[in-house]
Order: sequence, then C-alpha cells, then structure tokens
Amino acid sequence: MNAEYVLELRGVKKYFPIRSGLLNRVVGQVKAVDDVTLSIRKGETFGLVGESGCGKSTLGRVVLNLHKATEGEVNFNGTDVQKLSGQELRRLRKQMQIIFQDPFGSLNPRFLVKDIIGEPLRLHERMTEREIDSRVVELMELVGLDATRRNRYPQEFSGGQRQRIGIARAIALNPEFIVADEAVSALDVSVQSQVINLLMKLQRELGLTFLFIAHGLNVVRHISDRVGVMYLGKIVEVAPTEELFAKPLHPYTAALLSAIPRPDPTRKRERIVLQGDVPSPANPPSGCRFHPRCPAAQAKCSMEEPQLRELADGRQVACHFPLDASLIG
Amino acid sequence: MAEKLLEIENLTAGFLTVGGTVKATEHVSLSLDKGQTVCLVGESGSGKSVTSLAIMRLIDYSGGAILEGSIRFQGEDLTKRSQDEMIRIRGNKIAMIFQDPMSSLNPVYTVGDQIAESIMLHRKKGKKEAHKMAVDMLRLVGIPAPEIRAKQYPHELSGGMCQRVVIAIALACDPDLLIADEPTTALDVTVQAQILDLLRSLQKELGMSILLITHDMGVAAEMADRIAVMYAGIIVEEGSANDIFARPSHPYTEGLLKSVPGLDGSRGDELYTIRGNIPGLSQLPVGCRFHPRCPHAKDICREKSPPAFRVTEGHHASCWMYMEEGGAAAWKNESKPEVSR
Repeated sequence: MNAEYVLELRGVKKYFPIRSGLLNRVVGQVKAVDDVTLSIRKGETFGLVGESGCGKSTLGRVVLNLHKATEGEVNFNGTDVQKLSGQELRRLRKQMQIIFQDPFGSLNPRFLVKDIIGEPLRLHERMTEREIDSRVVELMELVGLDATRRNRYPQEFSGGQRQRIGIARAIALNPEFIVADEAVSALDVSVQSQVINLLMKLQRELGLTFLFIAHGLNVVRHISDRVGVMYLGKIVEVAPTEELFAKPLHPYTAALLSAIPRPDPTRKRERIVLQGDVPSPANPPSGCRFHPRCPAAQAKCSMEEPQLRELADGRQVACHFPLDASLIG
Repeated sequence: MAEKLLEIENLTAGFLTVGGTVKATEHVSLSLDKGQTVCLVGESGSGKSVTSLAIMRLIDYSGGAILEGSIRFQGEDLTKRSQDEMIRIRGNKIAMIFQDPMSSLNPVYTVGDQIAESIMLHRKKGKKEAHKMAVDMLRLVGIPAPEIRAKQYPHELSGGMCQRVVIAIALACDPDLLIADEPTTALDVTVQAQILDLLRSLQKELGMSILLITHDMGVAAEMADRIAVMYAGIIVEEGSANDIFARPSHPYTEGLLKSVPGLDGSRGDELYTIRGNIPGLSQLPVGCRFHPRCPHAKDICREKSPPAFRVTEGHHASCWMYMEEGGAAAWKNESKPEVSR
C-alpha cells in the first residue's frame, strides 16, 4: 500500500447478469466494468472519460460501494471497502461522497433545502438542531447560495443553484474523496463555468480528492490532473492531462479528441471519424475491444487482448500498436 | 445575390397561460438563403425551439400561438396558411429532426414503414415503391445492410442509427429546408461527428438549406455559415460564423465563448463566468434582457431595450454600445474579465 494513494483499485470487475425465460436463468453477463486497475493520489482530480455505456458511472459507484464489485479490490486509504461490516462502512461513508448529474432528480422535492443539506449531518454526526442549522448556513455560503433561502424547496431554485445544493450536501461531512458523476453535464454553459470554478475552489480550500466522471472532454481537461479513458468496460489509457491531450497514445483517445467540435470556424478539419457504434458490453469483441472500429487494427488485435502497460513515466496504455512508436521500449 | 428561402420578420410567439401571455420569442428576424446553414445558438429557455416550432406552425399544437410577425417561405407567408395547407408543406418542403432520436420514432412500426409513410403521403407512391425508396434512403444516410435494417424496429438500433433513420425520414421527400433541433445533443461525441459529417455531405448532395438549433458553440462553428445568438427570447447578435467567433460583439456572446474551457491553452485557472442565472420568461428584466448579468451595463440598458445595431456589414448586435460609431472600441478597452464564484 502506497501512502500517497487515497484510492487503489485492483482488477475490479462488475458484471450484471442478464436473466431471461420462465426460470429467470442467467443467460449472459453485461461486463460493465472489466478488470480495472487504477490509483488516485491524495488531493488530485482524476478525470474519467468515455462514451455512454463504457462503464464509467458503474465504476464510480463500485468505488463508493454503492455496487458490490463482482471481483477485485477497492482499497480506500488501505482498507478494502468490500470487506467492511455495515457499521464500518457507515463510518467510511463520511469520507466519501458523490455529486450526481441530474440536479432535478437527485434532490428530494419534499425536503426543504436545509433538510437536504443537513441530512448527512443528522445521520452521521451528533449535532443539535442549532448546530446543524449553523453548519447549513456555513455550507450554503461556501457554495455561493443565499442562506436565507434555506427554508425553501428545491424546485424554487434554478438548475445551477440545485447543483450547488447537491455539492453542499456532498461536502457537509468534510469528506476526503468525492465522486462527481457528470456533475456539470446537465447545466447550460454560462452556469456550467460557475460550477466548475466552485468545484476547483472547494478542492483547493478543503483539500478534496475528486474522481471526476464526464463525457465533456474540454471540461475534464480543465479540471483534471490526470485522465483515464474508458472504452467498453476497460481503461484504455491513463496519462497526465496535458500529455494525453497533446499526444494521445491509444487510437481511441485520438479519435475521441478529434471528434470534439471546436469553437473556431477557421480551423481545418482533421477528424478521425470512427466507423460504427460502440458494441454491446454483453458481447464484446475478441482481443482488443476497440479493434473492429480501430483505423490502425492489425491481425494481432483481434486475437490477443492488450494489457494496460506503462510506456513512459505516468503514461499507461492498453494497445499493441500505440500511436507514438518512440515510446515503445 | 443569393436566393432567399426563408425570411422571418419580427416574429413574436408565445404561450397563453393563466397568468397571461408568456412571450417565448420577441421580434425575431432571421433569413436563410438557399443552400445555406444558419445556426440558432442559445441556452435553455432562450426561445430557439419555439422559433422552429413557429416556422413549422407546430406551435399551435403546443398551446402556443404566433402573436406577431411574418414567416415567408419561398415567398409565401406561412403564418397565413391554414393547418390543412401546412400539412402539405410540413414534411414535404420543410422537414424537421428532433433532439431525441429514440422518442421521435414510433416504437411499434419498423423503420422502413416509418420512412415509407411520408413518401406515400407526400409523393403519392404505392406501398411497394415507397418501401423501395425507403431502403434507398437508408442507404443514403449510411446505414449498412439497409434491406435488413428497414425491417427492424427502433429498439433494435443504436442511438446513432436511430438518428440516421430520423434524418432519412426528414429527407425522404427532398425538402428545401431542414430544421434540425439539437440533432446531436443526445449522442456521444464520436457519433456526433458521424452525424454532422452526414448532414454536411447530404446538404452538398441535395442542395437543401439547414436551420440548425444548438447550444454547442463548437457544433455551430463546424456547421454554420451564419449564426444567430438568442438570449431570453430575442436575437442578441447575428452575423457570419467568422464574425461571431472572431469578433463576438454582444457581451453575452463574448461571455458564452469565454466560459467554455478550451482544448488548448491554460487549464486549471478560474473560468470566466457570466454572473447570475438565465431569467424566467415570466420575470424578464426591464430594458436590455441581459443587463442584470452584463458586466458593462449602463443606465440606458436598465431602461430601454436595445434595437439591433450594425457592427459591420452583415453583423448586428442588440446592444446599446453600438448606438454611436466607435462605441464598440471603447467598450473593448474597458472590458476586464469579471470573475465571480
């Protein structure tokens, strides 16, 4: 166990059974997360990107033990989250929180805002009502909300403000680690930048570690220190943000980056347009999962599955033929 | 001089509610040449979808109405047409594709049937011939094995495929104008790239005009010849794509462009933000609708709503800064990045 890592995943798999027929027999497995090994350092923001269905949200939930992993270890500060008893897990929950995507669906419409933000305090801390109230005021001010509005219902707030309520709830217990699952994706751009600034400010002030799950690559680039790219349940590339965006090693990363529309009409289009769609994770292709869509695929790719390996300092890639040949040692 | 296909003038459309009329768009003027792509950009609630529904006269079915203005399509005013006449125009001369491909297709009909339906209706073809044309359309939009796909139901297709089917339905009658309302928002970036490429190549092939509605400035930059930026129901800036991106002239457009984190340049810095929130349509501010969020707001902005001023030829902005010549330059100099939380 390395002390600088808050979170270490080893060989994590999460399969969902497909049941069918009269007897409800298991006829197959959706391999949502398949053999993921990953470490997140203390105080960093780790961005996890990928298209819908690649398993990034499932991975986020496995990390928080909201889903039990089918196989593998999830070590949080050295303890395997999977093996904890109910009581120990409850204690651990204070240290790890989640911010959800949908600012409308993730807040109970029948709760007052002060009760939404105060609920974790009520559950985990022995605090009097007055203490809870002053903490709620403090939290609302911290996330930029008008604390005099704490006696209102969430529907009286706009999307951006609701997301701030969700953030206040997540930081209420002073957690160490937060999973932000598409936390800004549902927001309009002019509001999105406010929330991104808030998340970065909170990280600086509270020393948080983030697992930032998103499909918006420009946002991930802005906020993350390191980025992991997922494709069909596998991590295909991990690298420091700047290096990943400057020089992607995996062909999928390169295609993903080139597909982002840039706000510059004069820019020449040099896009790699991938053929076809993401295959079903219930029946992934043999060998490298990306090979049927890969512009650089060779015979070896359909037979042998490439393992995630370290090519240069901090740069891991799962590809037989990475794009920068000079790094292959 | 290019041929004008669509000319919207002074369009005000809204909804009749218990609390009075809510105007979702006000005094919108927009024109579209033949073969051109115009993008309508704005955040949620800015009135871009209502504008498109008004063009199609579908707003009548959504509890709304066109309150003022004219929509001239190929010289005739659509606001004066009856719904019976509109049926012959909708789907035939003007076609529309929507954001969510899954819910715009009927789950209990095969995709082939759904494409054939509009061909039979508008082109008076027989069932057999219409189905043959449907397969051709599927091939045109790049669906592999179109004969097999035509017999499948929407749930058997992926999101990107469904959007291709929706495009095939829209283009089946060879429309002159395609209105695409957030056609790629529900799709992943790699699929979005495919669909945008497809739209571009089909436009070249079929020579139609596209009115593209999007909130993504990146998509607009890739597709548009001209861009109109909407905020709270009005067009605040309109110009060629190059003008809008090189010289954004309305503070809102500028803020919008600056608040999106880029893919190059510094990262981890505080992002530019437009303070505050988008106002609701029933509580619009007096004067310029952007003034409570505008870093340059002056007294006049709080009192009177600005008309569209000319910035350069073919580039207009609704902002009091342009009232007198040289106003813009002065504003640029005092412009400091305003950073709030």
